[in-house]
Amino acid sequence: MKAPEFDYARPASLDEALRLLADGGEDARVIAGGQSLVPALNLRLAAPPVVVDIGGLDPLRGIEAVGDGLRIGALVRHAELARSALVAARCPLLTQAIAHVAHPAIRNRGTFGGSLAQADPAAELPACALALDAIMIVASRSGERRVAAQDFFRGVYETALAAGEILVAVEIPALGADRRFGFAEFSRRRGDFAIVGVAAAATKSGGRLASPRIAFFGTGDRPQLARAAAAALDGAANDTNTRKAAREKLAADLDPVEDSTASRAMRLHLAGEALEQAIDALWREAA
Amino acid sequence: MTERTSPLSALDRPNSYIGRAVPRPNLGRLLEGRGQYVSDISLPRMAHVVFVRSPYAHARIVSIDAADARKGKGVVAVVTGAELANVCTPWVGVLTHLKGLKSPPQHAIAVDRACWVGEAVAAVVAASRAEAEDAAARVLVEYEELPVTADMDDALAAGAAPIHPDFGDNIAFERRLDVGEVDAAFAQADAVAEAEFVFARHTGVTLEARSIVADWNPGEQRLTVYQGTQAPHMMQNIIARHLGLAEAQVRVLCKDVGGSFGIKVHVYADDMATVALSKLLKRPVKHVADRVESFLTDIHARDHRCKGRVAVRKDGTILAFEIDDRTGIGPYSVYPRTSAIEANQVVNLVGGPYAVKNYRARARVAFQNKNVTCQYRAVGHPIACSVTEGLVDRAAAAIGMDPVEIRRRNLLPDDCYPAESAAGMKFEALSHHAALEKILAMMDYEALRAEQARLREQGVYRGVGIASFIEVTNPSAAFYGVGGARISSQDGAAVRLDASGAIVCQTSITEQGQGSEAIIAQVVATAVGAPLERVRVILGDTDNVPYGGGTWASRGAGIGGEAAWRAGRALRDNILSVAAAILQTEAAALDIAGGEIVDAEGHARIGLDEIARIAYFRPDTLPPDFQAELIATRHYAPRKFPFAFTNGVQAASIEVDVRTGFVKLLRHWVVEDCGRVINPQLVDEQIRGGVVQGLGAALFEHCRYDERGQMLNANMADYLVPMAGEMPDIEVAHVETPTQESELGAKGAGEAGTAGAAAAVANAVNDALAPFGAVISEIPLTPELVLRAIGAIS
Amino acid sequence: MSARRIRISLEVNGEPVEAEVAPRQHLADFLRETLGLTGTHIGCEHGVCGACGVRLDGAVVRACLTLAAQADGGAVETIEGVSDSGEIADLQAAFEKRNALQCGYCTPAMLLSAQELLLENAAPSREEIRDHLSGNYCRCTGYHAIVDAVEETARQRRGGPA
Ligand SMILES: Cc1cc2nc3c(=O)[nH]c(=O)nc-3n(C[C@H](O)[C@H](O)[C@H](O)COP(=O)(O)OP(=O)(O)OC[C@H]3O[C@@H](n4cnc5c(N)ncnc54)[C@H](O)[C@@H]3O)c2cc1C
Ligand code: FES
Ligand code: FES
Repeated sequence: MKAPEFDYARPASLDEALRLLADGGEDARVIAGGQSLVPALNLRLAAPPVVVDIGGLDPLRGIEAVGDGLRIGALVRHAELARSALVAARCPLLTQAIAHVAHPAIRNRGTFGGSLAQADPAAELPACALALDAIMIVASRSGERRVAAQDFFRGVYETALAAGEILVAVEIPALGADRRFGFAEFSRRRGDFAIVGVAAAATKSGGRLASPRIAFFGTGDRPQLARAAAAALDGAANDTNTRKAAREKLAADLDPVEDSTASRAMRLHLAGEALEQAIDALWREAA
Repeated sequence: MTERTSPLSALDRPNSYIGRAVPRPNLGRLLEGRGQYVSDISLPRMAHVVFVRSPYAHARIVSIDAADARKGKGVVAVVTGAELANVCTPWVGVLTHLKGLKSPPQHAIAVDRACWVGEAVAAVVAASRAEAEDAAARVLVEYEELPVTADMDDALAAGAAPIHPDFGDNIAFERRLDVGEVDAAFAQADAVAEAEFVFARHTGVTLEARSIVADWNPGEQRLTVYQGTQAPHMMQNIIARHLGLAEAQVRVLCKDVGGSFGIKVHVYADDMATVALSKLLKRPVKHVADRVESFLTDIHARDHRCKGRVAVRKDGTILAFEIDDRTGIGPYSVYPRTSAIEANQVVNLVGGPYAVKNYRARARVAFQNKNVTCQYRAVGHPIACSVTEGLVDRAAAAIGMDPVEIRRRNLLPDDCYPAESAAGMKFEALSHHAALEKILAMMDYEALRAEQARLREQGVYRGVGIASFIEVTNPSAAFYGVGGARISSQDGAAVRLDASGAIVCQTSITEQGQGSEAIIAQVVATAVGAPLERVRVILGDTDNVPYGGGTWASRGAGIGGEAAWRAGRALRDNILSVAAAILQTEAAALDIAGGEIVDAEGHARIGLDEIARIAYFRPDTLPPDFQAELIATRHYAPRKFPFAFTNGVQAASIEVDVRTGFVKLLRHWVVEDCGRVINPQLVDEQIRGGVVQGLGAALFEHCRYDERGQMLNANMADYLVPMAGEMPDIEVAHVETPTQESELGAKGAGEAGTAGAAAAVANAVNDALAPFGAVISEIPLTPELVLRAIGAIS
Repeated sequence: MSARRIRISLEVNGEPVEAEVAPRQHLADFLRETLGLTGTHIGCEHGVCGACGVRLDGAVVRACLTLAAQADGGAVETIEGVSDSGEIADLQAAFEKRNALQCGYCTPAMLLSAQELLLENAAPSREEIRDHLSGNYCRCTGYHAIVDAVEETARQRRGGPA
């Protein structure tokens, strides 16, 4: 199982990378950590004429505090994110979620940007980006644009990235001291892609949870916000009725498809369980 | 945790290595990455073969256009099935003792029709694997799709179109057995329990895929084959036969093997094509299956649906078992062991642990358009055990008896041997009750039940499952030889004293991680009286070892070990004759211990090095009519019993999350009786590894196919193997009932773990779900299955 | 410029290596076929089995998911390197003593993963050991013995009796 032939370049600057991508045409591909692209190449599911290795682009590295928010470089590896004290302090949702992404050796190479650009519908980080209302910073030869997570994920392995564009960094907006998080996922084995999972955020306000954002993964062709369920929780107290009401709304929010790993009913059921676990976590954190 | 029931023998000498956990001599190199697996081998002028495989489960090959592929960079040749048929004759996977078994001729590469997705239709040979893959993508094959029969029940249905029209139907093999008064027994029963047990298809997933390097040397007229195989002599015979060579022209070499478990004991079309291509192209050719090819073409196993019934009296007496088993084996019966053995074993083994006189069984083996199935670790046992133990638990539930109690009342008594099961299996001596009592103590059964009751009140659903089993080991010629297969049931060992006084043993068994090298070294060191460090073992080379079967069906230690024991004892006698001649005394007054010849008082008289020096370099100093013979060869085949049955029991403690359907394995216990334990650590680790393969089957592993015969999860991300994170610690203990048939008394232990693990887990899950009135009879036990069973989803 | 052949220079087990590689060649094939370092094994080539684990710039990675070209300028350590240096001699001895390998095919990468854990966590629980090794498939052992051997090595490194 060997990859088909392709040309390769490792540019030293973002400009050069963008130029190489533009020259490579529609099918040129960026490689970051390679943890999704290389399996596809080896299995001959992808056959790009050119692969542009962005691994040498220093401006795409690093995690920084920006105001009360965060800027996470596209090349930040999963392992680096997992170890970051800044992320743990400002955005513990990501610290929690990253522990569920693959295995240590894959986390040592896989990148934040790569995971978002890959847009696997069962992946954790895209759903987190959605729950956190993250902004994708995208560069192309015509300059930089900012895309909200909500508009970024377009379908199975499909994003708003156009040919020739590179995801440079992700901004996580200031979340506020009272923002609380919940994360839950069900996968058959440790490190497997989830059957279903959820990343949730809400603001503690008195004895209530306000402005919840609840993003599911594994339930459709992209990470999905459960708006009706969130509405049911917004401003409500911690009681079984609210929980039940929110769970019931999922049938309206989500439209999972049956595939060879799980039926539609199974996914909906697990989404409900994940939601309840996430709500528990939100309340636990809010206590 | 070992009970010895045998009297003191030569094996119990003070410096015996038998029964000790000595380090394995081959581990040093494996730990440093210095092993030599076939995939590591590279020869001068070696080319790589890649197969073009059918994307259809059933299709006529209309035409193959290789013109474009031949232009590919590095391409040596593109060869079709018809072309290769001139070099390699087809084979038929039947055995005469499996009456009625039929299978059509199978070619190394399909000639005019592909019968499963993944069957090779052309070979591309190129300078590198990557270039061969590039060119393979350029071979244009025109197919005409034919009707696909994927499901076994569709294949068996009345009027189903036969996959092989000449046969008239899709039944490859059928067997019926009717013993005692089954109908009367069911009529008398106080309760009858029944179920249809479903076993998914799964496969071996050896970490090193199948690998072969074939090197035909026209100058020598010899073929050297490096292969990760469990049976080098069998391969030598088959390669020679189908390539029109004499066996002496074929040498099969097998050094390190990255896992086998039965996967590497069969004849694969790819392997035959590779050796044939080497002969055709007159250069070394290598084939290492990639992981996708492994899933599509390594033998699969199980895929059974078995209806079962049990008749029981209120007092717990089991009166009868009845089963009706169906299985689908793909389009061909695999050569040369056949694909009917698993179903045949199910018929042989159901009810085996129990004193039950009435038994009726039927097994049907169907052709279908999926990959072939054949013998994989514990052949038939997991099915027989799951059906039997599942029925016993259901019978217990039906009469309101504890699962342990019903087993106590029906397991063959420990003092009833020799005995025979309803299916006619002959047992020399088993220890079901001793094993059961031992495991109950290990797991603290009562405490687990109390904990279960306590937790249930808190909404936590735990379950305990028990599974007793019997295991076929040390097969005699009754397994394959009587059916006409040239698969040796005997093994040989040649043991010699070398010129430095060290011992060398050449054995016909092979090593794929079981510890064969260590076992043989221990046995030989003990038999001769030499220090273990002075014993070297040579195996896996048909040019350099005695003729024999190899390592499969839990036979290495029991059969190969016995041959080595006898050869070692014979060498010892020969050495003592030399020593007696040198020391001018009687051989009977001498012994060998720690590498020294000792007298009756244990005083060292002369070292093995000195014996060797005199025998090899100064024979002139020996008496004139005396010739030293410092090599001894012995062979051994079990003859008294068709199989050396072993027995054991497994128990599982699990927790079901009834909200998600996930099953968590908490603890697992095994007590088994493999006769004499030569190396307790190796036995325990065989058991643990085997258990985890059974746990994989219980919870995860499943070759999923659609109705078009497409395998949906032919990769390691979607085919779920058991990983460290989900597996429990496994406690193992033994009862030792040595076989009296051999001097060593060792039976086999390689498959016991796999035999009973899934049954124990399935029983435990059903135990946990009892409050919901849910019973599941299918593996793998997926969360979805659990949620459906308890009605959480529909 | 993008190209079909790439010159790389890297350090492998402490030795400088210069080579020209095809971009499509992954690091596992480069190590095995070009450098003859066959201790790095291949079990799936799609990142799941973990048999191809090597250290790249100090972190254990999947060599089948890393292009050889991506290792340009890096430092690679394989089982051969860490064996020769003696870095994991104690871990190897514990594996041997506990029979924590059968066929040995998973072992080189298993050792590297285990060593990575032990460097991060001097006293891992059995659960943490299982978690860290959760991406390394072993078909033979059932994992129990491997967990024992890693646990034992940790104990000894903390100064426990041998
Ligand atoms: C066995 C295994 C298990 C895994 N399990 C999980 C899991 O449970 N959850 C999970 O989320 N992931 C999982 N992954 C995937 C892993 O997280 C990948 O690291 C990640 O999805 C991709 O990151 P990468 O840097 O490796 O991207 P690459 O493989 O390099 O690239 C992936 C895709 O994104 C594009 N791309 C990458 N970076 C950029 C950029 N900056 N700008 C534009 N395009 C870009 C590439 O062109 C390519 O199309 C698993 C992978 C494996 C092999
Ligand atoms: S070969 Fe790299 S993970 Fe399997
Ligand atoms: S020892 Fe064989 S795969 Fe681990």
